[in-house]
Amino acid sequence: MSDSALFQYVLGLADDQLVLGHRLSQWIGRAPILEEELALGNIALDLIGQSRSLYQYAGELEGAGRDEDTLAYHRDARGYLNLTLVEQANGDFAKTIARQLFYTAMAVPFWQAMTASKDQRLAGVAAKSEKEAAYHLRHATEWTARLGDGTEESHRRMQAAIYQLWEFTGELFEMNSAEAGMAEAGIVSDRLSLRDIWDRTVNAAMLEATLTRPADSWMAKGGRNGLHGEDLGHMLAEMQSLQRMHPGLSW
Amino acid sequence: MYVRGLINASGDPNAAETPEQLAHFQDRIDAEEKIEARDWMPAAYRKTLIRQISQHAHSEIIGMQPEGNWVTRAPSLRRKASLLAKVQDEGGHGLYLYAAAETLGISREEMQDQLLSGAAKYSSIFNYPTLTWADIGAIGWLVDGAAIMNQIPLCRCSYGPYARAMVRVCKEESFHQRQGYEIMTTLAQGAPAQKAMAQDALNRWWTPSVMMFGPPDSDSIHSVQSMTWKIKRFTNDALRQRFVDATVPQADYLSLTVPDPDCKWNDAVQHYDIGPLDWGDFWKVVKGGGPMNRQRIAARQKADDDGAWVREAALAYATKRSALMEAAE
Amino acid sequence: MSDRARLPLWEVFIRPRNGLAHRHVGSVHASDAEMALLASRDVYTRRGEGRSIWVAPATAIAASDPDHKAEMFDTADDKTYRQPTDYHVPEEVGDM
Repeated sequence: MSDSALFQYVLGLADDQLVLGHRLSQWIGRAPILEEELALGNIALDLIGQSRSLYQYAGELEGAGRDEDTLAYHRDARGYLNLTLVEQANGDFAKTIARQLFYTAMAVPFWQAMTASKDQRLAGVAAKSEKEAAYHLRHATEWTARLGDGTEESHRRMQAAIYQLWEFTGELFEMNSAEAGMAEAGIVSDRLSLRDIWDRTVNAAMLEATLTRPADSWMAKGGRNGLHGEDLGHMLAEMQSLQRMHPGLSW
Repeated sequence: MYVRGLINASGDPNAAETPEQLAHFQDRIDAEEKIEARDWMPAAYRKTLIRQISQHAHSEIIGMQPEGNWVTRAPSLRRKASLLAKVQDEGGHGLYLYAAAETLGISREEMQDQLLSGAAKYSSIFNYPTLTWADIGAIGWLVDGAAIMNQIPLCRCSYGPYARAMVRVCKEESFHQRQGYEIMTTLAQGAPAQKAMAQDALNRWWTPSVMMFGPPDSDSIHSVQSMTWKIKRFTNDALRQRFVDATVPQADYLSLTVPDPDCKWNDAVQHYDIGPLDWGDFWKVVKGGGPMNRQRIAARQKADDDGAWVREAALAYATKRSALMEAAE
Repeated sequence: MSDRARLPLWEVFIRPRNGLAHRHVGSVHASDAEMALLASRDVYTRRGEGRSIWVAPATAIAASDPDHKAEMFDTADDKTYRQPTDYHVPEEVGDM
């Protein structure tokens, strides 16, 4: 296992948290209930916090002097290694909740497994993230139930969201050979082993919500290689604008 | 909460307020007793508190917008997290204040309707746009600074639920101003472009912040009764002076210039003098003529409209579940 | 918009640490108890102020009438025989 492979891996994880956290922060001032403004804000803060710990670690692993902000603000979309699921636009509240359900149903067992990592830093991040993810999953499943089994309109929207995002769920369980090697060495979670529990969590949530699980078909991939949809570029352009306009300054 | 439908504890909304009741109430106020939700209170006291607390709540909620405008463009991860936490706190403050107002017999929905229709006002400071990142620093430093000056005395306001909400708000508010001033410090001590950005923000936010304390005491109609009922503890001018005296040295430290040529230390009175304020412009903005008034309300209306199906779904689910539980019993 | 869906009001009580009692901190609007618990956690415990949350529908709270404060509470004031200070213990006996 090389530091370079671990660096790429940790960078991808950091990107997952930051992109999802940023997406959730776009709900400010737009949430359907005031209480939900606070809930989504809390989740976003948890994720951004996780991303910072991971970026800091990634920068150290790389050893090229890039800190958390250099990594976050000075890579193009082509250099971002996040899952394609997290970069999907918020859409309506149903789509945001569906994205949360799919992501957090993976994040909980993922971070649980990671607490046993032989890498102390990752184990440390996992210990905190595991608790946060548990809360995020609870929030997602409660809303999934209420939207799926609420009104006819909410059911329609939630089902549409499930169909729209399904193709981005396959990538949650993919590992390239470097990652598979690290999993075998006990450094990182084995994504393949998350599949069963994810299925059970998601199926249970959809059943409770009277939602239909889509048939498996074509799955999007490539996020870990910097191959994203068109939305991410716009998101990053906005996020990075100030740093890019005035490079090299402290903020 | 448990006073919905009651105007006063005798239960009769038309009961005339006797001089004895009013005098007894004033005695309680003068003795620094706290008035709680179901206590007898003059109708005017209740009305004035509902107005003040709900408008304070609306201000917090509307205030999320100008700052929310920069959350997605915050130029570092630390600033991003900090700003998001601040905006979230503001939502929370709105929520505590709506809760306090509800103890007086008005519902959150009624208050939201009043905000959207324009029947209720919010602090006019939020009718200005945030044009640069430095505006975020200026808002934290000046607007939160002014708000803190207003809010600390409110922690001792006569109405218990409002006072307790304000204690919670003040505890959380302390990082807000520091966050803003830290941004200004970084910019003022940064590159020329950053320093210029900071000065420009100060130029635009100084006067509106000074005006946050409201019209001069001579023009302020609500003030006298509010002071007697210990809803308001200090006059507008007194708080305004306190704010100016605290803030000018803070600007000096950053080598930034307050955009008021008449702002000078007056040795004789040991205060800073400030130049005349354009209250005509202030009222124009309050009445809807500010740069962002329409957009602020439109954004709230849109969030409310877009969220209707979500609220309906949650209620429908709750109804279905409780019907199921009843059937099972 | 007066026919908007009205989320019920819940009163919130937080126990900050084990050993302390739950204290009333305010209220939230939520469709049901589970959502009220989640909302209370997000609104009232962001700074580590909570170990346990209780929520109750505001309509379920029965409150004493302030008009009856005198008869409810003042009559306890003159029953000093319920206070330890009402009793004399000689100094030689020590603490009791």
